[in-house]
Amino acid sequence: MNDTASLTSSPVDGFLATAAIVLSLAVAVWALVAAVRQRPPDRVQFAGLAVVELALLALTVVALVALGDGDRPGEPGAFFGYLVTLVCLPPLAWVLARMEPTRWGSAIVCAICLVAPVVVVRLQQTWEVVGG
Amino acid sequence: MAETTAPERATNRGPGRLLIAVYILFAIAATSRAGLQIATRFGEAPVAYLLSALAAVIYIVAAVGLARAGHAGRRLALACCSVELVGVLAVGVLSIADPELFPDETVWSDFGGGYGYIPLVLPVLGLFWLWRTRRDPA
Repeated sequence: MNDTASLTSSPVDGFLATAAIVLSLAVAVWALVAAVRQRPPDRVQFAGLAVVELALLALTVVALVALGDGDRPGEPGAFFGYLVTLVCLPPLAWVLARMEPTRWGSAIVCAICLVAPVVVVRLQQTWEVVGG
Repeated sequence: MAETTAPERATNRGPGRLLIAVYILFAIAATSRAGLQIATRFGEAPVAYLLSALAAVIYIVAAVGLARAGHAGRRLALACCSVELVGVLAVGVLSIADPELFPDETVWSDFGGGYGYIPLVLPVLGLFWLWRTRRDPA
């Protein structure tokens, strides 16, 4: 990979990141509907959280491979902070939703699945931003 | 026991659990931000970074207070939500009136605008929740 390629391509700005964002938002909408309908977290929400987590873990692997190839994020400290936070979000939602088998459990899944895409976007920004 | 005469509703169930979840998220956000700022460039804006650290501690203690749910937990949460509300309002006004004071962003700058104004809403919701649960409806 030459210099221009590593400058233009970010390992956290591809299909996986988009998939993680879309999946997370889909789970958030599903959980919101459940919360409004007074339903506790259902199987779809837990399965959705698992799928989002898989996408985020895949994203982490891709980022680590890029690091192994010598690519570096613009703000390494913030990048790793966001990355660690990100992969902890679906498990956090899972645990809290298990503890709260009411509509509020669905609300928790919704809230955390709305936060995850924001963190993905911040992750992308910390890779790209150089200087500043 | 004085508490047994006036039973309080647990703060760690139902909507309270959602509130705790959001407090945990902000505890993580503020802790990582403050940790990173203090570790890498403390000299640039010590006041802003120490404030980030204070905010982080308050979010953590508030989450613990709400989660413990006892009488002591309620008091802890009440103190934290109050400090938080005063903090976000004071820092919000100061960061607009005198931007020199905070050369770098904190969680509470611009009334928490960098975090979707949730830092402003959160203590209000916390205080409202403590007020709602002051008595057991059962």
